[in-house]
Amino acid sequence: MRRLLARRMKFHLFGAFLVSLGCAAIYKFGVAEPRKRAYAEFYRNYDPMKDFEAMRRAGVFESAPPK
Amino acid sequence: MLASRAFSLVGKRALSTSICLRAHGHAGVVKADDFSLPAYVDRRDVPLPEVAFVRDLSAQQKALKEKEKASWTALSADEKVELYRIKFNETYAEMKKGTNEWKTVLGGVLFFLGLTGLLLIWQKHFMYGPVPHTFSDEWLSAQTKRMLDMRINPVEGISSQWDFEKNEWKK
Repeated sequence: MRRLLARRMKFHLFGAFLVSLGCAAIYKFGVAEPRKRAYAEFYRNYDPMKDFEAMRRAGVFESAPPK
Repeated sequence: MLASRAFSLVGKRALSTSICLRAHGHAGVVKADDFSLPAYVDRRDVPLPEVAFVRDLSAQQKALKEKEKASWTALSADEKVELYRIKFNETYAEMKKGTNEWKTVLGGVLFFLGLTGLLLIWQKHFMYGPVPHTFSDEWLSAQTKRMLDMRINPVEGISSQWDFEKNEWKK
């Protein structure tokens, strides 16, 4: 029964620190890094004009009709 | 107006009671109600409550209390336990023991969720009208084709799942 609050507090402080650190790490390596990689991959060999012509051919533009 | 009248009546009544008691003199101490006296609590952070658990001791317990005033080595183990139980209601182990309440709570929650589900099924079947025509299969496929044509969400979203060369969904 000695140092009842101190023991509990130490345990919970430690745990809270680890849990929040873990959450941040999981988000970073589960969400943030894959997303950054996906964007890098997409824009590595991206040709905007080719994409535009494909969209124009599909007929989605009002101001740039398909030829 | 009425409320103030009623309040003054209550005040007068309380006033007269206490005046009566004070007038009697010998009954100067009002019998204290149980909730105004120090109380016994079973709490983990209150190791020594303000009063003992058992307030009115039986004759046997009174004799034991007298024996407690002598040397404690003379007490048997059972007597020591009896003295403990006079002073405390539950031991720390009993206090900290969990209950099975969580099962009741979980069961109740799931039961009412299920009931709500049944209610929703009934509503969909008997109450709601048909969904809008924009949910039909033809409309949805035309809608998806248009989204792909516009290259919606090409990096991580829907257009990234479509193979534009082969004109099919990516495996």
